[in-house]
Amino acid sequence: MKLSGAKIVIECLKKEGVKIIFGYPGGAIMPVYDVLYSEPSIRHILTRHEQGAAHAADGYARATGRVGVCIATSGPGATNLVTGLANAYLDSVPLVAFTGQVPTHLIGTDAFQEVYSSGITSSITKNNYVVRKVEDLADIIKQAFYIAKTGRPGPVLVDLPKDIQLAQTNFEYPKKVNVIGYNPTYNGHIKQIKVAAQNIAEAKRPIILAGGGVIISDASSELRDLALKTNIPVTTTLMGLGSFPETHPLSLGMLGMHGTPYANYAISVADLIIALGARFDDRITGKLADFGSQAKVIHIDIDPAEIGKNVSADIPIVGDLKKVLKRLNEVVDKKENMEWLETIEDWKRKYPLKYDNNEELKPQFVIEKVYEITKGKAVIVTDVGQHQMWAAQYYQYTTPRTFISSAGLGTMGYGLPAAIGAKIGCPEKKVVCISGDGSFQMNLQELATAIGHNLNIIVIIINNSYLGMVRQWQELFFDKRYAATNLVGNPDFVKLVEAYGGTAIRVSKKQELYPALTEALSLNKFVLIDCLVPGEENVFPMVPPGSSVSEMLGVD
Amino acid sequence: MRHTIAVLVKDYPGILAKVASLFTRRGFNIESLAVGHTEKTGISRMTIVVEGDERVLEQITKQLNKLIDVIKVRDLQFQNSVERELALIKVNTNSLPIRSEIIQMVDIFRAKIIDVNNQIMTIETTGTEDKVNALIELLRPFGLKEVVRTGKIALSRGSRDISTSKKQDE
Ligand SMILES: Cc1ncc(C[n+]2csc(CCOP(=O)(O)OP(=O)(O)O)c2C)c(N)n1
Ligand SMILES: [Mg+2]
Repeated sequence: MKLSGAKIVIECLKKEGVKIIFGYPGGAIMPVYDVLYSEPSIRHILTRHEQGAAHAADGYARATGRVGVCIATSGPGATNLVTGLANAYLDSVPLVAFTGQVPTHLIGTDAFQEVYSSGITSSITKNNYVVRKVEDLADIIKQAFYIAKTGRPGPVLVDLPKDIQLAQTNFEYPKKVNVIGYNPTYNGHIKQIKVAAQNIAEAKRPIILAGGGVIISDASSELRDLALKTNIPVTTTLMGLGSFPETHPLSLGMLGMHGTPYANYAISVADLIIALGARFDDRITGKLADFGSQAKVIHIDIDPAEIGKNVSADIPIVGDLKKVLKRLNEVVDKKENMEWLETIEDWKRKYPLKYDNNEELKPQFVIEKVYEITKGKAVIVTDVGQHQMWAAQYYQYTTPRTFISSAGLGTMGYGLPAAIGAKIGCPEKKVVCISGDGSFQMNLQELATAIGHNLNIIVIIINNSYLGMVRQWQELFFDKRYAATNLVGNPDFVKLVEAYGGTAIRVSKKQELYPALTEALSLNKFVLIDCLVPGEENVFPMVPPGSSVSEMLGVD
Repeated sequence: MRHTIAVLVKDYPGILAKVASLFTRRGFNIESLAVGHTEKTGISRMTIVVEGDERVLEQITKQLNKLIDVIKVRDLQFQNSVERELALIKVNTNSLPIRSEIIQMVDIFRAKIIDVNNQIMTIETTGTEDKVNALIELLRPFGLKEVVRTGKIALSRGSRDISTSKKQDE
């Protein structure tokens, strides 16, 4: 039997086990929407902006580990997806995005709502396709999912000209997928793994640097086995939060620009850095020349292009972390590192994360209370700015996929739609979105999506009436010239939520916070808590740009 | 240091832009680039000459390999490969003595005259980059009207080929 291209798209999604898609319709994608209309097994969530759809698919993917799917029309629909694709690309999130396109005979004519979606997104997708023959469609979709989720995951775009959606062909979902030239390496080189074990045995001051790759590869338990067997302290990147329990004595928390003093000190004097699924971003390394200057580097990553890109690796291992760590754990010897761990304990005692917890409602205090009341079991989704860093610092992450944040791209506006995706992916989990008054306004239209679908999400706005993170830089490096960072004209967030039919609570005093959180948790529906915090609080410690990571402001 | 990289790619509209934009985005400089079909249908081969140290070359190779539609990448070491470039050179020839001088030079270089009239001669030459450069320099004094070069293409020597030799990062 012949099926239309549109029908084939949906049949392929079903074969891939897709249950949820996020999207926004328009002329060039209408045939697909028409099929969706009568398709009971796929739930379509209408966001209020295509950026929201891309971030929701991204939040869904990060929370569940499955491929997120989003869909948009041609032209403005596709360009609105762009930020979401870039966001997913930089954080290695598996997404498949479908975009409508003008009919093939109009491609290249500047037709109505025509943009070259494939060209625009080619540097922010792992791969992309323009379907030119309906006979190729099923194969392409199969490849798209395969490429999105294997190797180093990432977003893949499939551009669907309208005539292809309408054309008919026989449908058979390919059983096998074979992309010539694409063969991710999964098994690490055993000789190299042995060399790594040898180096671990010899190291006096080893440290594990765990990145997002540990979570993607589902290697947290292997990481824990390694750390516990060898007594090597573990620091994580922002993307790595949750890969190792921060409540464990071997945890150093996050490192880098706003990392803990002890993590930054430790990595600075370490003689061996074991980097796992991390890519040595400049926010982690600070001044590159000083980074790990005393250390040998074991770098394990599935993406060979990351190895040696920023920091040269003495022992490079390309492979899937879960597999490589399993092998490494078999060959590595037990170890104590007593002296080193004592040094670290000493730093931890002397230089804890701290803030001036006075009678004001401090943002750090808000995060600590969220941690307490959710017992560290919530999925925390953040926006971008100071609140993001406080959420990273003052909540203790113990489980993978419980910290969801735009790390690589730093996309303001990510929080709310990503929380929607996370909640839809994990309805049984408590989802808390920590947002800022600036970031929230970048995708606040998604209130309609969240409240309309009755999603039980708690949004906490750390409302400092500033683009706080930029203001902090202005305070520290631009002579307090607060150019364009004062958010005068902010809406009343409580009324705003009420206008969408939701519930909101304002908290301006410390003692109001706990009752508000308790109430929000008990309501089992969408609740926003607008926390009015002091305007000029800063995130410390801070490694000033260009400094080495051991030179932190706010540590004494 | 200059490197000649051979890249096998899936042949479809857009692949050239993808490869080229990777170079621009990552700040690698292309000195020359030649593309054409190969012995296999659906697969094209690019020969890209780039300037950079070992580290740059490593990044280029790895980033190229990361493109899904790139099938193989190989650094063709000079001593292990044969390289050729083709050039068409149009020179001014307005007097007879000049003409015979040019014809001599063309002979020495085993080049060919492929078009001629009272004012110009168009010469075709194939050879290594150095040879092509040398001929162009010798002809320059006569007044070059137009020069077009294909950019270098290269194959590894002997019975080795790009698919039997290792992918760079393996
Ligand atoms: C889309 C986008 N535009 C601009 C920036 C630059 N930026 C980084 S943090 C920040 C301020 C964020 O303000 P807010 O959401 O209120 O968070 P706060 O820092 O005050 O906690 C800005 C403007 C960005 N990261 N993303
Ligand atoms: Mg703010």
